[in-house]
Amino acid sequence: MEDRQAFGRELRRYVIGLVLALVLSGAAFALVAWAPLPPDGLLGAIAGLALLQVMAHFRFFLHIDLKQSHRDDLQLILFTGLIIGLMVAGSLWIIFNQNQRMM
Amino acid sequence: MSGRIHPGINLRAGDQQPTTEGVMFGFWVFMMSDAVLFALLFAVYASLSGNTAGGPEAGQVFKLVPAALETGTLLLSSSTFGLASLAMKYRQSMAWLQGMLAVTLVLGMIFLGLEIHDFMDMARQGAVPQVSGFLSAFFALVPTHFLHVAFGCVWIVVMMLQLRVFGLTHTTRTRLLRLGLFWHFLDIVWVMLFSFVFLRGLL
Repeated sequence: MEDRQAFGRELRRYVIGLVLALVLSGAAFALVAWAPLPPDGLLGAIAGLALLQVMAHFRFFLHIDLKQSHRDDLQLILFTGLIIGLMVAGSLWIIFNQNQRMM
Repeated sequence: MSGRIHPGINLRAGDQQPTTEGVMFGFWVFMMSDAVLFALLFAVYASLSGNTAGGPEAGQVFKLVPAALETGTLLLSSSTFGLASLAMKYRQSMAWLQGMLAVTLVLGMIFLGLEIHDFMDMARQGAVPQVSGFLSAFFALVPTHFLHVAFGCVWIVVMMLQLRVFGLTHTTRTRLLRLGLFWHFLDIVWVMLFSFVFLRGLL
């Protein structure tokens, strides 16, 4: 009985995840197909939608949440996020700065 | 209920063993290192994507509809894998579990087929890796994801065989959990790919 409830809860989670993912990626593709904004605004909107969708995937497909019980693993993910942020933002900063100086 | 010992979907408390947490944590470490690899390929792509060297540009070789189809198949395959994970966790019939894995496999292979078609299409338009920095970076980034999905498909086949031979043991259960993490992770990488490579290129 308890199993049935837990099953229903987890099934609902995947369904919500799928609906959210389809809506968010559908919105991003629709924005590009119909281009209601200037390109810079569109790029910002796409980036925002992508961020939301990545968070939805983590939450509903990978079952990541902020519960106390598995802090070590959450720290691993957050630390990786930090490393990625530093390396990507740092690389782009340096490369584009160099690029401008070459002009 | 609160028997969660690692992130991601957990086995039922009665099915967990002392080794479960360790093997799952180890796989998370691998996945996060893989995420760093992809992030750096993205950084390379972002810094080179304007350097077309007179060759084809992003807007000329990317196509919206195939990218949308690929997104749809991969999203669907993520949720069919979710159904397989639930079938495994809650002991639904083996036929349903194998069936869901088979559907996931077929969707994954459709995705691979669509991508191969895209790559061939690009090659026909003269968009090959040696033409420009943009294309070199593109063909370093997108096929890396393609290869991951291809290996994921091989892994699904291996798991389907293992389930046939060994049935649902603790080992095959946690292997399925890890395959699930891998599959959902590839979907996240694809979200970044279609947003920052394909859609950005088509603006």
